[in-house]
Amino acid sequence: MTTTTTTGTTADELLLPVPDGDGAPFWEYAAQGELRIQACAAPTCGKLRFPPRPCCPHCRSFDSEWRLMSGRGRIWSYVQPHPPLLPAYAAQAPYNVILVELADAPQIRLVGNLVTSADAPLDSMDPARLRIGARVQVVFTETGGMAVPRWVLEKS
Amino acid sequence: MAATLKDATAIVGIGQTAFAKQLPQSEKELACRAILAALDDAGIDPSEVDAFSSYTMEETDEVEVAKAIGAGDVTFFSKIGYGGGGSCATVGHLAAAVATGQASVGVAWRSRKRGSGPRPWKNTAVQLPTPGQWTRPFGLLRPADEIGMLARRYMHEYGATRDHLFNVAMACRNRANENPAAMMYERPLTREMYMTARMISDPLCLFDNCLETDGALACVIVSAERARDCRQKPVYVHSVAQGLPSQHHGMVNYWNDDPLSGPAWTAARHLWKQADFGPQDVDVAQIYDAFTPLIPLSLEGYGFCGRGEGASFTEGGALEIGGRLPINTGGGGLSEAYVHGFNLINEGVKQLRGISTAQVPDAATCLVTAGEGVPTSAILLRA
Ligand SMILES: [Zn+2]
Repeated sequence: MTTTTTTGTTADELLLPVPDGDGAPFWEYAAQGELRIQACAAPTCGKLRFPPRPCCPHCRSFDSEWRLMSGRGRIWSYVQPHPPLLPAYAAQAPYNVILVELADAPQIRLVGNLVTSADAPLDSMDPARLRIGARVQVVFTETGGMAVPRWVLEKS
Repeated sequence: MAATLKDATAIVGIGQTAFAKQLPQSEKELACRAILAALDDAGIDPSEVDAFSSYTMEETDEVEVAKAIGAGDVTFFSKIGYGGGGSCATVGHLAAAVATGQASVGVAWRSRKRGSGPRPWKNTAVQLPTPGQWTRPFGLLRPADEIGMLARRYMHEYGATRDHLFNVAMACRNRANENPAAMMYERPLTREMYMTARMISDPLCLFDNCLETDGALACVIVSAERARDCRQKPVYVHSVAQGLPSQHHGMVNYWNDDPLSGPAWTAARHLWKQADFGPQDVDVAQIYDAFTPLIPLSLEGYGFCGRGEGASFTEGGALEIGGRLPINTGGGGLSEAYVHGFNLINEGVKQLRGISTAQVPDAATCLVTAGEGVPTSAILLRA
């Protein structure tokens, strides 16, 4: 595994994730285009957990694995931030922030953005299309030497 | 036999500075002024103080405060985590210390310059603590954004509307209009102002957010026995609780089974279990209102209504004086001052002394809560 060195922001000054030891695999898999969630590796348990942590809150096993998700989910909620904001975000405001519950595991929820395509700006989606329950699909955006998940509306 | 905290201690002094967008004094000086005012209110000499309690995001620490006010030897001090969730826990910690003989005169305080000073979310470096990796890069930057996310889901699940949030903002503003110390004194709010206000984090608008304030407050806690000899009518600490729910996660409580049941539910269970009365017996409540949606969520959490009924509870003037449950009678964080919830504690004391600027007739019981969303705390006060 390689360690990603970051300054905390991208070229356009958006914040970059600063992974800790528990979260690093999530970002490493993301760089490979995979959405993986930590799961207990104890044979009798196997429960998913998020955010990542050292041991399983159900059986207390320290053995974990990273399970591949389908990348499909539904919007659980969303907000539209307006300024005052950090300058890079203010420049794209109002944008949306969505909370996605994963189709494979509705209790696992990921904060993200609904965009028109992987490389589109945070404010690219028409706000009228934001809807709780809307089906979304993960895409990955390369930024500042990392890959961060973003979400597009699932094609029906 | 287990010791009980029930009515074993009392708040006997309260003090505050002016509240303003900008005050010339330092946070340290404001803290000392509020603390000395509270001790003077109690009629207790500062040299008798032997316990301090504060909560995180407080820049003034007990060493500096004790030295400045001329406290004696201090035998108990604590600093509670999670910022605004710790306000009521300061009273709880001091009540426990005094009741168990670890100290005799306790001071809790809050001093801040958020009106003119830095705001944490404006600083890129502090945006990225460990949990921040899952939220901040996506532009979920401020507490208003984090609570807005819960508010939208709450509206979706229970049919709550912006009119319900307006009911909360309006009740607080109406009380501030009666309180000359409030930042929003003589500044009425109308429904039209609310509905046309600029959005901060849609669905939350400007008036759903607390005020940025410079100011400080403090209170003094002693044993019930000693309280009888103090200058003021004692306000007894009847029940105290902190709340950090199973599988909770900081402010963004999105990763448990039910994100709409936050720390208030946990604190409430313990609070009522220790009390001689229940929610139906509460005369007045001071509910942490950094954001309007925290009120319906807290009304549910503390058992004033059922799950999903918090929004409709606000209808028909229920939160106003003469209503079912008058709240935030000094104006709260939304309209009196946002001093991380400490003004709610002092306002609770004023109500039970009978000296509030929006007095609830014969108020004898008061619930005060700390920040909901973060690990929290609450106290029940009685006259
Ligand atoms: Zn397990």
